[in-house]
Amino acid sequence: MRLSRRMAVAAVAFGTLMATVACTSTDEPGTGTGTKEVEVFTWWADGGEKAGLTGLETVFGTECKDFKFVNGAVAGGAGSNAKQVLASRLQQGTPPDTFQAHAGAELSDYINDDQIEDLSAQYGEWGLSNAFPKGLIDNLTVDGKIYSVPANIHRANVLWGNKTVLAKAGITKDATTLEGFFADLDKLKAAGVATPLALGKDWTQQMLFEALLISKLGPEKFNALWNGTGDWAGADMTAAITDYKKLLTYTNSDRDTFDWTDAEKMLMDGKAAYQLMGDWEAADLDAKGFKDYSYSVFPGNGNVFQWLADSFVLPKGAKNADGTKCWLKTVGSAAGQAEFNKKKGSIPARTDVPADGFPAYQQAAMNDWKTAVQVPSCPHGSACAQTWQGAVGSAQGKFSTDGDVAALQAALASAAAEFGPKAK
Amino acid sequence: MRHRKRTWIPGLLLISPSLILLAVFVYGLIGWTVDLSMQDRHNARPSKGFVGLDNYDKLFNHDINDRFTHSLLNLLVFTVVFIVGTIVLGLLWSLLLERGARAEGFFRTVYLFPMAVSFVASGVVWRWLMNPGQGENAGGINAIFEGLGLHFLEGPWWTDPDWGMAAMAMPAVWQLSGYVMALFLAGFRGIPDELREAAVVDGATTFQLYRRVLFPQLTPTILSALIITGHMSMKMFDLIMSVSGAQWLTEVPAVYVWQTLLTRDYAKAAAISVFLLLVVAVVVVPYLIHVNRSEKRS
Repeated sequence: MRLSRRMAVAAVAFGTLMATVACTSTDEPGTGTGTKEVEVFTWWADGGEKAGLTGLETVFGTECKDFKFVNGAVAGGAGSNAKQVLASRLQQGTPPDTFQAHAGAELSDYINDDQIEDLSAQYGEWGLSNAFPKGLIDNLTVDGKIYSVPANIHRANVLWGNKTVLAKAGITKDATTLEGFFADLDKLKAAGVATPLALGKDWTQQMLFEALLISKLGPEKFNALWNGTGDWAGADMTAAITDYKKLLTYTNSDRDTFDWTDAEKMLMDGKAAYQLMGDWEAADLDAKGFKDYSYSVFPGNGNVFQWLADSFVLPKGAKNADGTKCWLKTVGSAAGQAEFNKKKGSIPARTDVPADGFPAYQQAAMNDWKTAVQVPSCPHGSACAQTWQGAVGSAQGKFSTDGDVAALQAALASAAAEFGPKAK
Repeated sequence: MRHRKRTWIPGLLLISPSLILLAVFVYGLIGWTVDLSMQDRHNARPSKGFVGLDNYDKLFNHDINDRFTHSLLNLLVFTVVFIVGTIVLGLLWSLLLERGARAEGFFRTVYLFPMAVSFVASGVVWRWLMNPGQGENAGGINAIFEGLGLHFLEGPWWTDPDWGMAAMAMPAVWQLSGYVMALFLAGFRGIPDELREAAVVDGATTFQLYRRVLFPQLTPTILSALIITGHMSMKMFDLIMSVSGAQWLTEVPAVYVWQTLLTRDYAKAAAISVFLLLVVAVVVVPYLIHVNRSEKRS
């Protein structure tokens, strides 16, 4: 009698546990998504980015009355949380109706995995082919097809300066050549600025290196490096890395402990005179109440505009493809781009959006964007896929500690061979 | 016979949910990872086929800049400093308390308390303490040295390319020494008083008492301390991520797995994980066997 009661208790406990396991596994993600709803998956959950998304939502509400916007933002980790969630949803075959991704080569992961649709026909239909600059269209095109609609443009190759520190060293005009820049850095050192150029860790070092590469190689050779026709092992690359090593001697030696905002603080505190950073720094400096800054394109870059962009795509198997297309049309429209970028602090990818209502820096950048030569950026995903970027970042980190020119060049060449477009 | 059957069935039924969950989510997934580590699968697409040990060969012989070997070297420096540091400090503290210090309970809590802090929280604090800025840019510990006029003691801490990982082990030593102390203290308490008394009666000095009588009794405790700190050290991830973030300078295999997974190189991430599991198993399994045997003996 006692035994059978124990048996019964055990059986019930066992049954309950197994039932719990079974129940939790049948809970499907995204239940309740009707065909009228468009789930927009982003990592824009805070600040200017969230405001920009809300702006887009408003335009979407008037342009696409048949559909309902559903915010699928995943916060945290500067997008790394969202990317993890997205990867598992794509693998399970339950993609959101559209998701945010860096425009350009970073999309090649999704393209190769056959996870997103070709949008070339829509580019013609919506007039985007003419509204975007040709250089951008060239950078976006993969084997004759375009897979995403950029919502904004940021510029990566901008040199920010502290006017007071520069004036003290007698520099009134930013240099336009690399030689001039080195001369100015020497002047700053002589004037007692120990680290004239503020720098942070990994990806900020990649950005500085790329800006210098553009000056040394020119935009055509720079573009070739990323599309598989360029040469990473050549003598001009060795010369560029040698110059980069020299440039690092003007930067703070504790750079590997710095994020870009720590480097920005050095600039604001007057401990450094210059910092290379993307143009989101303008909005950040304004928000921090620092007015005494100057900006120019990195010396020797001329009219090259190194761009990066957030874009939206149409995933294969999206529940509401028509709704997604309406969203993408809104993202690409002049009204949508104006609304989004004024709030986010970036500039429209279209060249026909009126500049009034934008802050001073953005107006200048919008003007440059129309006539500039476009080149992509690897640390921001427009020039290379994530695997390639990871390998380059690791190699730059090593170079920052040991300064071994030959090792960096060899690592960059093998990274291009292993992860570049030729490897596919 | 029927009676015996009845006695084991309820027991098996009760533990079977955990058995099934373990089989699926631990051993099943280990098997899955081992399989994945031998596939040609370097993106989100299905595998392009079985490649045997190629991924392991690539890790050791063809990784760009020998990144994997570099991460293993970092781990070695970290592990040695961490284990030696915790055991030396833990032994020292437990000796002091074992000698009958006043307010022993208070000190025990003080030394043990850092263990309650998570590696992430202490990592954030130590990140600031180990600020590598020197001279007028000094922060954290360097600023204290600067203030005391001890410039020569200021160091680059974890940013030193060769010995940075030794500095990285400092927070871990700080956190785990108290735990090792508690282990040793329990070990000392487990030694019967008769042994000490007999040694004293035989005329042993204090040094001889510890050297010849007490320390030999602590061997199992030292072994446990080695295993516990050793396997923690090999899986170290959170501390390093919060002190330095993921970067070349302080990369260890666990951080490398994370970086590789983020870039969707599934097979490579699996290969590193399996290697890490093997290394930990080499340390832990003999210990488990040893414990099992000695339990059976008693």
